Amino acid sequence: MLRAPEAEARSLALALIELKEKTTLCSSCQNVTEQDPCGICTDGMRDQATICVVEEPLDILAIERTRGFRGLYHVLHGVLSPMEGVGPDDLKINQLVARLRNGSVREVIMATNPNLEGEATAMYVSRLLQPMSIRVTRLARGLPAGADLEYADDVTLARALEHRQDV
Amino acid sequence: MPRPPRVYSTPAIVLRQRKLGDADKIVTLYTANFGKVEAVAKGVRRVTSRLAGSVEPLSHGSFMFAHGRNLDIITQALPIETFQPLRDDLGRLSRAFYAAELIDRATEERSENFTLYRLLLDTLRRLSQVSDLDLVLRSFEMALLGELGYRPELSECVVCHDPSKEQGRYISASAGGVVCADCRPPEIVLHGVSPEALYALQQLQGCTFDEVDALHLGAETWTEVERHLRDAFHYALERDVRSASFLDIVRRRFRPGPAAAPAPAGGAGSPRAP
Repeated sequence: MLRAPEAEARSLALALIELKEKTTLCSSCQNVTEQDPCGICTDGMRDQATICVVEEPLDILAIERTRGFRGLYHVLHGVLSPMEGVGPDDLKINQLVARLRNGSVREVIMATNPNLEGEATAMYVSRLLQPMSIRVTRLARGLPAGADLEYADDVTLARALEHRQDV
Repeated sequence: MPRPPRVYSTPAIVLRQRKLGDADKIVTLYTANFGKVEAVAKGVRRVTSRLAGSVEPLSHGSFMFAHGRNLDIITQALPIETFQPLRDDLGRLSRAFYAAELIDRATEERSENFTLYRLLLDTLRRLSQVSDLDLVLRSFEMALLGELGYRPELSECVVCHDPSKEQGRYISASAGGVVCADCRPPEIVLHGVSPEALYALQQLQGCTFDEVDALHLGAETWTEVERHLRDAFHYALERDVRSASFLDIVRRRFRPGPAAAPAPAGGAGSPRAP
C-alpha cells in the first residue's frame, strides 16, 4: 500500500467507507444490500411462494450460480450452536416467522449446511413452523457430482443409500 | 533411545469443532486412551473431504493422529457409531449437546480417563435409544460429579456427621452435600431439598440406570433434582453450561408429543419420492 499511487489508496478508503455507510440488511430477507428491500425481494419475476433459508449471505450467491432456484431467500446470519452459546434468539428466525405470517408462502427450503449445527437449525425451524402448516423441505444429501464411490466417505455414502431415489 | 512413534490411534468421541482458516477445523475429541485431545482436521470444509463426516460432533469413531508442531493432525477416521437418532430429534440432540459440553468443560486436555469416555459413550447410546431423556442426563450428571471428585454426601449432614439425626433438609453445592435442620452455618448457601428429591439423588448415586428408571418418581421431583445437580455443576465448573439454555428453550417451546420412537439401528430407510 505504501508504494501504491495515492489515488488507489484513496479509492480503497472510499470503498471501505461506502461499505459501512451504504450497505444495510434487507428488511425482508435480511440479506446484505444497498437498497431496502433488496433486488431479489423486489423482483416480480421471482416465485414469491417459496423461501430458501440460508446461513450466510454468501450462500445466496452459491445458490444463485446454479440458476436452479427462482424463489426468495432468508438469511439467518449464523446457525444454532448451543455449545458456543448461540441460541435461536441470536439468529434471524423471528423475522422469518414474521414473514410467513401473511400466508402467501407455501414452501420453506432449509438450505443450512449439512453438518450437525446446520441440521439442528433446520430441525428447530421446521418444528417452529409446524403449526403454520407450511411445507418445509431440506436440501438432499449424497454424493458430489463427478465423485468416485470407492473414495466416498462412509457417512455420505450411507446417507446417499438411505435417500436413494427411483430412476 | 527409540523415537516416539509419529502417529497414534485411539477410539474417540467428537465433542465439538471450530473453524480454522479457510478449509480446516479444530476438533475437540474425548479419546479412550489419552483423555481430551484437540487436533486439526485438514480440508474438512470442502465438499470432497473424506474426513468431514467422521469429525462431526457427537460421532464415535476410530481416529489416527500425527504429531504436529502445535496441534496434532487427524490423518484418518473410521466411523463406529453416528448415533443417528440423536441427529433426527431436537430433544435428544439438545441433551447430547449438554452432555458433551459438560465433559468438555469439566476436563483438562491429555488427562486420560477411560471411565469418562465410557460414561459419555453410554450416555450418547442411551440418549439415542430410551424415552426418558432427562433421567439419562441426571444419571450422567451424578456419575460425572463423582468422577470429578465432587461426589455429594447425601447420607449424613456434612456439618455434624451425626448419623442418628433425621435426614438432611437442606443441600449445598459448596458444602458438598446435605445439611440437617440443626446445623445451618450462615456462611453456607443452602437450598431446601424435599425428601423425594433427596431419595432420588441417593438412588442416582447408588443404583444402576435401570434401577432408577424403574422407580417412576414424579416430574416435580425430577425438576427439583435437576436444579440441585445444575447448582452442583455451577459450583464445580464456576460457570454456567451454555447448552443448558438451548435445552431449556427446546423443552419450553416444543412440549413432547407422542414420543417419537427411534429408528432401529442400521438398515436403509425407504426410498424417497423425488
